[in-house]
Amino acid sequence: MYKPNDLIFRTTTSLIAFILLGFSIYLLLAGHNSPGGGFIGGLMTSSAILLMYMAYGMDIVKKILPINFRLLILIGLLIAVTTGIVSLFIGVPFLSQTFTYVTLPIFGKIELATAMIFDIGVFLTVLGVTITIISTIAEDQ
Amino acid sequence: MEIIISILAGILVATGVYNLLQKQLLRIVIGTVLLSHGAHLFILTMGKLKRGQPPILEEGIVQYTDPLPQALILTSIVISFGITSLLLVLAYRTANENETDNMEQLRGKTNE
Amino acid sequence: MSNLAVLPIIIPLLSGIIVAFFAKNVKVSRVLAALFTIINALVAVYLTSVVFTDGTVILETGDWVAPFGIVLVADPLAAVLVMTTNIIALASVFYAPFALTVKKEQHYFYAFYFFLISGVSGAFLTGDLFNLFVFFEVLLMASYALIVLGGEKVQLRESIKYVLINLFSSILFVTAIAFLYGVVGTVNMAQIAERVQEVEQTGILTTIGILLFFVFATKAALFPLFYWLPKSYIVPNPVVSALFGALLTKVGIYSILRVFSLIFVYKISLTHEIFIWIAALSMIFGVIGALSTNNVKLIIAYNIIPAIGFIMMGIGMFNEPALSGSIYYLIHDMLIKTALFFIVGAIVYVAGTSDLKKMGGLIHHYPVLGWLLFVSAFVLAGIPPFSGFIGKLLLLEGALENDKIIIVIIALLTSLLILYSIIKIFVNGFWGEQRHIEPTEKKPLAGFLVPVAFLLSFSILLGVGAEYIYPSIESISTYLLNPELYIDSVLKE
Repeated sequence: MYKPNDLIFRTTTSLIAFILLGFSIYLLLAGHNSPGGGFIGGLMTSSAILLMYMAYGMDIVKKILPINFRLLILIGLLIAVTTGIVSLFIGVPFLSQTFTYVTLPIFGKIELATAMIFDIGVFLTVLGVTITIISTIAEDQ
Repeated sequence: MEIIISILAGILVATGVYNLLQKQLLRIVIGTVLLSHGAHLFILTMGKLKRGQPPILEEGIVQYTDPLPQALILTSIVISFGITSLLLVLAYRTANENETDNMEQLRGKTNE
Repeated sequence: MSNLAVLPIIIPLLSGIIVAFFAKNVKVSRVLAALFTIINALVAVYLTSVVFTDGTVILETGDWVAPFGIVLVADPLAAVLVMTTNIIALASVFYAPFALTVKKEQHYFYAFYFFLISGVSGAFLTGDLFNLFVFFEVLLMASYALIVLGGEKVQLRESIKYVLINLFSSILFVTAIAFLYGVVGTVNMAQIAERVQEVEQTGILTTIGILLFFVFATKAALFPLFYWLPKSYIVPNPVVSALFGALLTKVGIYSILRVFSLIFVYKISLTHEIFIWIAALSMIFGVIGALSTNNVKLIIAYNIIPAIGFIMMGIGMFNEPALSGSIYYLIHDMLIKTALFFIVGAIVYVAGTSDLKKMGGLIHHYPVLGWLLFVSAFVLAGIPPFSGFIGKLLLLEGALENDKIIIVIIALLTSLLILYSIIKIFVNGFWGEQRHIEPTEKKPLAGFLVPVAFLLSFSILLGVGAEYIYPSIESISTYLLNPELYIDSVLKE
C-alpha cells in the first residue's frame, strides 16, 4: 500500500495548526473595532482544521473534533440573527448596537461590544459552511 | 494609481470572460472567480485610492479614506465566497452525475 | 423609525433557521413552517394596512441616519408586493407536503423556502441599491439550493446554467453599482435620485442605466435574455417552479419599475421607448415558445415571458393608467402563475407524464382539476370579470393615451394566443380518449386543489372587487410618477 512520506508536514502541522487557531480567535475578538472579524476568523479556523485533515486524515480529525459542522451553521446563523432581533424587543431600530467597558482581573479595561456577538455568529457560520463544503467534496472519493 | 488598478480590473474581467467561455466546468468556475475579483477591484477604484485618516468626524481631519467601498467590497467578497463554494460543489456533483465536465455535452434534450 | 418594516424580512429568516433544526422530523417542520408562514402573512397584511393609512414606513437600521445607513422603505408598492408574496407563500406551504417527497422535505426544503421568502421581501423593501444586490443574492442562494433539491441528473445539468447566468448578471450588478457610486457618490436610492437630477453629463448615467437594465432584464427574463428561463424552471419540483415563476422574475421586473421610475427618469423618450419594443418582442417570442411545445410544464414556463412583457409595456408607457395596469398585472400574475404551476404539478402527478401527446381524458377522473385549469386559463388571458382583464384594460388604456397602436394590437393578439396555449392543455389533456399511463386508479387530489382554489379566489377577488382595489393601485402609480414623494419620505428634508 502506498504510504506517503509526510513527516515534515505532520510535524509542522501540529505546530502551525495551534498558532492558526489561536490567531483566529484573536482576529474574532478584535474584529469589532480593529482589523479582523468573524469572517476572517472563521476562514482561518477552517484552514487550520483543513490542515489537520490533510496531515492526519479525516477519520482521526473527526474523532478528536466531534463537531457537527452543519449544526454549527445553524447555531451561528441563529446567534447572528438574534443580535438583530434583540433590538426589536427593546424598542430601538433593528441591528442597533452598543458597547461598554468592563474591567477584568489580569486583562484590565476591555471594551465589550454587541457587535462581537454578531461576529461570533458569523464566525461559526463561516466555519460550518467551509468545512461542510470541503468535506462533502472530499468524502466522495 | 487609479488608471493602473482600472487596467488590472479590466485584465481580470477579460481573463474571466475568456475562461467563462471555455467548455470545461472547472475553467468556468475559475472564470467566475476572476470576474468577481475584477468587479471588487473596480469598486475599490471607484471609491478613489487615497491614503489618509479613518473617516471619523473630528476637527482638523481633511484627508480621510472613504469607508463605503471597503464595506461594499467586504460584503461582496463574502457573497462571492459563498457562491463560489456552492458552485464548486454543484459543478462537482454535475460532473459526477452526468459523467462529463464538458458543457457541450451538458446540453440536454426536450421531454425528459 | 419603526421596526415594522423589517419584520417581513426577519420573521422568515428566523423561521428558516428554526425549521432547519427540525429538518429530519418532517411532521414538526411542516407544522412549524405553516405556523410561521401564517404569522408572517398576518404581519405583512398589518404592514400594508399601516402603510396605506399612515403613509410610508421607514426604518433606518442600526440607528444610522438615512443617506449614511441602510434604510428599509415600506412604501405602498413594496407593501402590496410583500403581501402578495406572503399569500403565495401561504399557498405553497400547504401545497408542498403533497408535491414533495419526504426525503426532499428533510433536505432542508422549508429552510430554503423561508430564506427565499426573506430575500424576496427584502428586495421589495430595501431603499438601498447595494442592499438590493445583497437581497438578490440571498434569494438566489436559496433558489440555487431549491433548484437542485433532489439532485437528479437533469436538475444538476440545468441548474449549473441557471447559476452561471445569475452569477454573471450579479457581477454586472456590482459593477453597475460601482459606476453609479463613482458618479454620484452614494448607494442610497433616494439620494441617488436626488443627485442624478443635478448631474450635468447624462451620457454616463444613461450607460449605467442600461447596464442596470441589462442586469434586471436577465433576472426578469425579458427579450432577448429569457433563453435560460424555460428549461431551468421546469426541472425542479412543481412547488419550487411555482415559487420561482411567481417571485424571482417578478423581483427583477420590480427592480426595473423602481429604478426606472425613481432614478433614471430624465430621458424617458430614449429608455422607455426601448422598453416598449422589448415588451412587444417578449410577448411575441414568449407566446411562440408556449405554442411550440407539448410539454405542459414548458407551456406554463414560457407563459412567464409574455406576462413580463405586459408589465414592461406599462413601465414603458409611463403614464398613470399604464403604471396602474402594470402593478395590477404584476399582482395578478404572481397569483395566477403560482396557481398554474400548482395545477400543472397536479396534472403531471396524476397523468404520470408531462407530454401532452400521452395524456387524455383526465376530466373523467378529475373534473375539479379540469375546471380549475379552465378558469385559470380565462384568468390568465384576461376574460372579464377576472383579474387579468382589469390589468390589461388599464395597460391598453395607457398605451392608447400615448398613441401606441401597434403594441395594443400585439398585446391583444398575445392574449388570444396565451388563452389558446392553456386551452390546448385542457383540450388535449382533459378531453378525448383516456390515454394517460395509469388509467385505473384514481389518485386523491384534494391537497393539491385547495391551495389552487385559494389562489384563484384571490384572483377573482381582484377582478370582481376592482372598484374597491383600484383607488389604492392608482395611488401607488401616482406615487411612482412623483419621485419626490419617495425622496422626501426617506431623506426627510
